[in-house]
Amino acid sequence: MREQLEGSQAIARTVARCRPEVVPAYPITPQTHIVEALGKMAKAGELGRCQFVTVESEFAAMSAAIGASAAGARSYTATASQGLLYMAEALFNAAGLGLPVVMTVANRAIGAPINIWNDHSDAMSQRDCGWVQLYAADNQDAVDLHPLAFALAERISVPVMVCVDGFVLTHAFEPLELPSAADIEAVLPGYEPRQVLDPDEPVTIGAMVGPEAFTEVRFLADRQLRGADPAFAELARGYGERTGRLLAAVRPPVPAAHTVVVALGSVLGTLEEVASATDGAVGVLGLVMYRPFPADAVRAALRDADHVIVLERAFSPGASAPVTADVRAALAGTQARISTVVCGLGGRPVTRAALHDLLATADRGELGEVTFLDLNDDVVGRELYRQQQAPRTGPTAANLLRDVVPAGRGSVR
Amino acid sequence: MSDHEQRNVPGLPCDPFHVRIHGRGGQGVVTAAELLGLAAFFDGFEVQAFPSFGSERMGAPVVAFCRIASEPIRVREPVTHPDAIVILDATLLHHVDVFGGLADDGFVLVNSLHSAADLGIDTVTDRVGRDHVAIVPAGELARARTGSPRPNVVALGAFGALTGTVSLDALERAVLGRFGPDRQDNLLLVRAGFDAVAAVGSA
Amino acid sequence: MTGVKFYQVGSRAVGNRLLPLAERSVQADPERRNSLNSGHRACQGCGEALAARYVVDAAVRATAGRLVAVNATGCLEVFSTPFPESSWQLPWLHSLFANAASTASGVAAALHATGREDIRVLAQGGDGGTVDIGLACLSGMFERNDDVLYVCYDNQAYMNTGVQRSGATPPTARTATSEAVGAEPGNRFGTGKDMPRIAMAHDIPYVATATVAELHDLEAKVFTAMSMHGARYLHVFSPCPLGWGSLPADSVRLARLVQRSGLFPVFEARDGTVTAAMPIRARVPVEEYLRPQRRFAHLFGADGRPDLIARLQELADRNIARYGITEEQR
Repeated sequence: MREQLEGSQAIARTVARCRPEVVPAYPITPQTHIVEALGKMAKAGELGRCQFVTVESEFAAMSAAIGASAAGARSYTATASQGLLYMAEALFNAAGLGLPVVMTVANRAIGAPINIWNDHSDAMSQRDCGWVQLYAADNQDAVDLHPLAFALAERISVPVMVCVDGFVLTHAFEPLELPSAADIEAVLPGYEPRQVLDPDEPVTIGAMVGPEAFTEVRFLADRQLRGADPAFAELARGYGERTGRLLAAVRPPVPAAHTVVVALGSVLGTLEEVASATDGAVGVLGLVMYRPFPADAVRAALRDADHVIVLERAFSPGASAPVTADVRAALAGTQARISTVVCGLGGRPVTRAALHDLLATADRGELGEVTFLDLNDDVVGRELYRQQQAPRTGPTAANLLRDVVPAGRGSVR
Repeated sequence: MSDHEQRNVPGLPCDPFHVRIHGRGGQGVVTAAELLGLAAFFDGFEVQAFPSFGSERMGAPVVAFCRIASEPIRVREPVTHPDAIVILDATLLHHVDVFGGLADDGFVLVNSLHSAADLGIDTVTDRVGRDHVAIVPAGELARARTGSPRPNVVALGAFGALTGTVSLDALERAVLGRFGPDRQDNLLLVRAGFDAVAAVGSA
Repeated sequence: MTGVKFYQVGSRAVGNRLLPLAERSVQADPERRNSLNSGHRACQGCGEALAARYVVDAAVRATAGRLVAVNATGCLEVFSTPFPESSWQLPWLHSLFANAASTASGVAAALHATGREDIRVLAQGGDGGTVDIGLACLSGMFERNDDVLYVCYDNQAYMNTGVQRSGATPPTARTATSEAVGAEPGNRFGTGKDMPRIAMAHDIPYVATATVAELHDLEAKVFTAMSMHGARYLHVFSPCPLGWGSLPADSVRLARLVQRSGLFPVFEARDGTVTAAMPIRARVPVEEYLRPQRRFAHLFGADGRPDLIARLQELADRNIARYGITEEQR
């Protein structure tokens, strides 16, 4: 039964149906509505014995999740941006210890300059931490990915982060179908830990590993992470049979177009709207699973493409961009030309108009290797000029904002 | 490419129908968009409602959007070409470009005690037509009935009557769903706004 | 579980066999868990190894074996779990340096959520992992009153990484980042954190300090702590021969001297108020405690600093006054 729900509320209610046992929570925009909703449910006794713990930092949140998971409880938390970075050490720790923690990342830009709006720089910065990364294209995906995330994590003993574009998805109200408790139970049975702190069978978890064995441990961890691809497919099939919504590492199907745009997350909706008006000239490849990178599926989907345009919601300063790098590796040996388009940084809307112009530029063969969509050259030029004139130009951000935001206008009536 | 797809669906002057709501923090702008979306959903439409996300402070300008359509909505960008604009705080009129992108046959609803002329928006009225503009003292109507001057629920009722996009039934169901069935005063507010437009018409 | 081997014999061996059975240390019991089994890689004379052995075995006894331990990164973690071996004979989790308290809070929450509250939680960390990098997590555990006993083994510097100054390093002590040079040799006065008092400021059910010189007292405090629920904190003075430049055989003696000088007050507190303080049996001037340690060597000799010793003496005097520490009359 469809309901008009806010993305965050829908996620919270779905997570609640996954029967989490420990939810450590620390607030950060734009994830707050999710943990607030869960906290309220827990306090009202709607989550059984679930312990909702208001911790003192994101680092504490992930640490508590690690302890809880190691003690045999299903653990969940949510964060974004600076919070994700603050728990970075613990992310690697959770993955290294093989603990099936699930976390929602309400994707938000990373400062400085401080910015609370949506892009992928947070999750992208942690793409090597060993977690599975899944990206929701819309709020229905966001809902469906959570029970799958728990099931996947517990099956392969690897933590999973579900990336949901901050504000754009988390704060949007739209008609959604929540899976029933029975739907979820079918893919997600009770948590059976692979390792657990138990006085009846004591184990040491987290011992030091030296040069003689570290490589092998890491090799096996990589193998374990790669197991997410087939495991997700299988779990998604089961879930799809019950709900009628089939998810996959790569969104189905891409028309065999000569120009294909690759993207992750909410920008896919706008992109698909624009591409659908090109009568098949432009195809769209949406990635749901980003780590492990579904190289085989990507290569197969792009086999007929001459030109691959990768829309990035983050980039690697001084180098290129994360998704481009992975796509390029997957397409090694093929003849496809790859263009990178960095868009929607720090919450700048990715508009149909801009995408339309982008595709027209590409069509004319004028799209360069790297493009910053909607870059205000004028503002950039002025700052560069300023920097050439005098050594002490002041904070760049302040200068740019002065140029971009007009001073107060009009009179008071 | 623009927001003006041409299809007349019963209840929707055009399909999709885009709404932009302006106000200040504390006036319930975001809730207004949410409620409008919920009402449209109850009327059987596909909806997308969302705020322009800012660091929310009381008194700061806030914008929220709502898209209503007969087909599922895929795009996710702010509404730049609204078919209807709601202004919950008239002091924004000459501070923020509240009318930017307004369709020539769009709708305008303003919360104010003044006339269009006094507000300095006659040019807009001339453009979209007097029957597409309503100026309703939503804050005052709310204060008279509940003691709180928050104008959003009254404005929603007025909006329904002005544009015909959402039914009174659906609006009532939305406010009861959102605020709880024991908040019957919200029904008074919705009806007050609806009647203010249905009976009196535009300014 | 391996058998327990006694290495010493004699009248004062293994928790004092002259005492009635009931009064003997847990260590005197051949049936003890031996939670920190022999074979670990601690230095000779390590105060932390001694303390941890007593603390954990006492905690296991107090909880009838229903105990989980969470350990911060540090000497104890490193010397007890050299891959592929582990000294631990109980369920034991090491996560990171700064998060022992949070991780333990998570374990406690999990045990509560899964209906296993009979299992208790012990968190352990060194002074660096507790008062510096771990302080935020520990304070959070305290203010939520999470059901964890946190034990800090205080050897007064970051020893595992090569003896660097921490927030628990006492004034004038030489470390690699507070060298004995300049006008204020060693660690400066006016710095540092009084962790037991910080713990007390959270009004948690139980705060206590102890040393490895009074091991019965240490065990008794663990028993007391484990008889309660909520956040509890135990701060154990643990000499480090390597980092302090003292003889391995002097570790217990130094712990005795620090308490008798007044520099390390041994006390208990409940809900933020001091309830008991260990009297000083035979008071000693601070010099007697400082002399056997090379980290204080620059205070003595031809270029010595009697003025700094005097300031340390003032600190000792202040502690005695503050905690109402009495001197036993003999």
